[in-house]
Amino acid sequence: MRVALFVTCVNDTLFPRTGRAVVTLLERLGVEVDFPPAQTCCGQPQFNTGYRHETEPLVRRYAAAFDDYEYVVTPSGSCAAMVRDNYPRIGAKAAAEGRGQELTEAAASAVPKTYELTEFLVDVLQVTDVGAYYPHTVTYHPTCHGLRMLGLGDRPRRLLEHVKGLELRELPGAEECCGFGGTFAVKNAAVSAAMGADKARSIDSTGAEAVCTVDNSCQMHIGGTLARLGSPVRPVHIAEILAGTEEDTR
Amino acid sequence: MSGGTYLGMPAFPKAASESTQNLTLRGNLRHATHTIRDKRAKAVAELDDWAGLRAAGAAIKNRTLRHLDHYLEQVEAAVTAAGGQVHWAADAAEANRIVTGLVRATGETEVVKVKSMATQEIGLNDALAEAGITACETDLAELIVQLGDDLPSHILVPAIHRNRSEIRDIFREKMADWGRPAPDGLTDTPRELAEAARLHLREKFLRAKVAISGANFMVAETGTLVVVESEGNGRMCLTLPETLISVVGIEKVVPTWQDLEVFLQLLPRSSTAERMNPYTSMWTGTTDGDGPRTFHLVLLDNGRTDTLADTVGRQALRCIRCSACLNVCPVYERAGGHAYGSAYPGPIGAILTPQLRGTDSELDASLPYASTLCGACYEVCPVAIDIPEVLVHLRERVVEGGEVTRNGRKVTIRPAKGHAAERAAMRAARWTLDHPGALRRLQRLASRTRRLHPRRLPGPGRAWTDTRTVPEVPAESFRDWWQRTRGGEGSGK
Ligand code: SF4
Repeated sequence: MRVALFVTCVNDTLFPRTGRAVVTLLERLGVEVDFPPAQTCCGQPQFNTGYRHETEPLVRRYAAAFDDYEYVVTPSGSCAAMVRDNYPRIGAKAAAEGRGQELTEAAASAVPKTYELTEFLVDVLQVTDVGAYYPHTVTYHPTCHGLRMLGLGDRPRRLLEHVKGLELRELPGAEECCGFGGTFAVKNAAVSAAMGADKARSIDSTGAEAVCTVDNSCQMHIGGTLARLGSPVRPVHIAEILAGTEEDTR
Repeated sequence: MSGGTYLGMPAFPKAASESTQNLTLRGNLRHATHTIRDKRAKAVAELDDWAGLRAAGAAIKNRTLRHLDHYLEQVEAAVTAAGGQVHWAADAAEANRIVTGLVRATGETEVVKVKSMATQEIGLNDALAEAGITACETDLAELIVQLGDDLPSHILVPAIHRNRSEIRDIFREKMADWGRPAPDGLTDTPRELAEAARLHLREKFLRAKVAISGANFMVAETGTLVVVESEGNGRMCLTLPETLISVVGIEKVVPTWQDLEVFLQLLPRSSTAERMNPYTSMWTGTTDGDGPRTFHLVLLDNGRTDTLADTVGRQALRCIRCSACLNVCPVYERAGGHAYGSAYPGPIGAILTPQLRGTDSELDASLPYASTLCGACYEVCPVAIDIPEVLVHLRERVVEGGEVTRNGRKVTIRPAKGHAAERAAMRAARWTLDHPGALRRLQRLASRTRRLHPRRLPGPGRAWTDTRTVPEVPAESFRDWWQRTRGGEGSGK
């Protein structure tokens, strides 16, 4: 099977390790991975801040970049949700503004093939044991878009439960938002910081060595807050946990 | 005695930032919202057809809103036939004028009030006060707010931001100004506080000749109005006085009693986490020898038909004011209700207020941004209002302007002030992101200068780095790693 990796602009620029981990993991599972370089960003920051028109070229770009593929896999719940939930809306609004069906068609081609990583593993490859090894205590923070917009459910947890050596610790108030929210973190900095601090304290209270998410942007916010509070817990993307094997540690 | 006012409040970020510093407020809110949200989850989980009920609630409201004119005329005809009088109010000022005139006509200078969001929305108490009429709130929490010269901060529990000892102090200091004083030696036990309120209010119920209420629902087929409540104070107001004036938003209509049945299941479980609320009062016009002899229904528009004209935003009119969205909202929990600057706080306020009032003021333009779009509000909403969808829709209105309906006319509004720099940045970002080569050059530049990046950013970025550490830019982007290790292979387009 051949899939395209949509690495997302945040991962590409700030967290390339996550993208490399996805490649390692998928290749180990026998999947051939491509990286179409015409890809850039899903448009989520612009769209969520109210700049719908600025996202239109990015919808077109996404659809064209991944045109040749049956599956697009992305290690970001919120970017997958952006494509799945909002691309059709952008298409419908453009059509309602009398600008034809082009964006609706772009959305229609992008939506069904876009999978968040854990969804792809569990639903398409139908694996929950990916042969990973991660000898650490980990707590899992389900990010909002993954949890509520995509409906990832317990897929990430099931994958983590099958990781050898990994001890999963319950996170109190797990389903509460970490307070990132893209530009919210800047526009409503005080509330964002208060939410982040509460989240960081819950994470810290688990005594886990690492906190795992399916989204680098939440990870960045949580990690930055933990660091500022002087907590030793380190943020890690689920792909990086799933990519590791016993051989690596030998 | 007119209480606080939302007028002239600062934009949400400023007000919210002040409340995050108030640890008592945050403690009170956290305790109250977490208790009720857990109970709600249990009450909802008891029903195996909740998802179906929720879909039915949304569908009934949608259908009603589509034919709102028809159902409102049906309400008017039925209420009139049952001996009531119907008045139409286009905006707050007109509604206040009508109600004030009706009270004046009775010759009374004191009225008792049933807790009502619509009268909060239009600032009725202030308008009455200006006309020399004292409006006495009879809902316990509203009474606390009124005595404390305060503003409500929650739809269901207006005094949610107050704890018991604060309430005792308010009762001790202020009750005497409004009627029967608090008993000597009042403590902060719930029983004593409730008893003090009961004694204070009883005098008012027995004296009042005029009552003012809202309604949770209006049943079109019979012209019946419905109030659901927990304390029974509403029922006292609805039955004892001679004149009853009900101010009701036009979106409160449901076509039939069968439709009402759906909402009488959805509302109590979502709001108080009860299977059934303790008091459900219904009245249809007037009845000889029973209840008020005169009944007035004031139907309030105040921005609602304009909201109805917006295909995305109109879903906010489905709201049944259960407040479930407030109780799960992490932003509301930290910001408190006052920061939203209207009778409607929390997620629903963030989408309803800028539609009813427009986005002209700085405060109203900031409301659609008072959310992380985490989606918790949508998940609990019993009528499935996609609040995040509407928030983003309204953000677009704020930053890009566009066509909206105002007072029934289509007008094109300009973007709100203060977004020019952001818009320029978004345009620049769009250009870069639409040119992968340019993106790569920027990434390389960032990587090369990574040692120079400050750990605290200037400008708007400061808000971020004040409380968080920014991640270090890696030596090599994913894109470059891919090219270096995989070369041209699989490069596709
Ligand atoms: S928006 Fe939904 S959850 Fe919020 S108060 Fe209205 S009905 Fe309740």
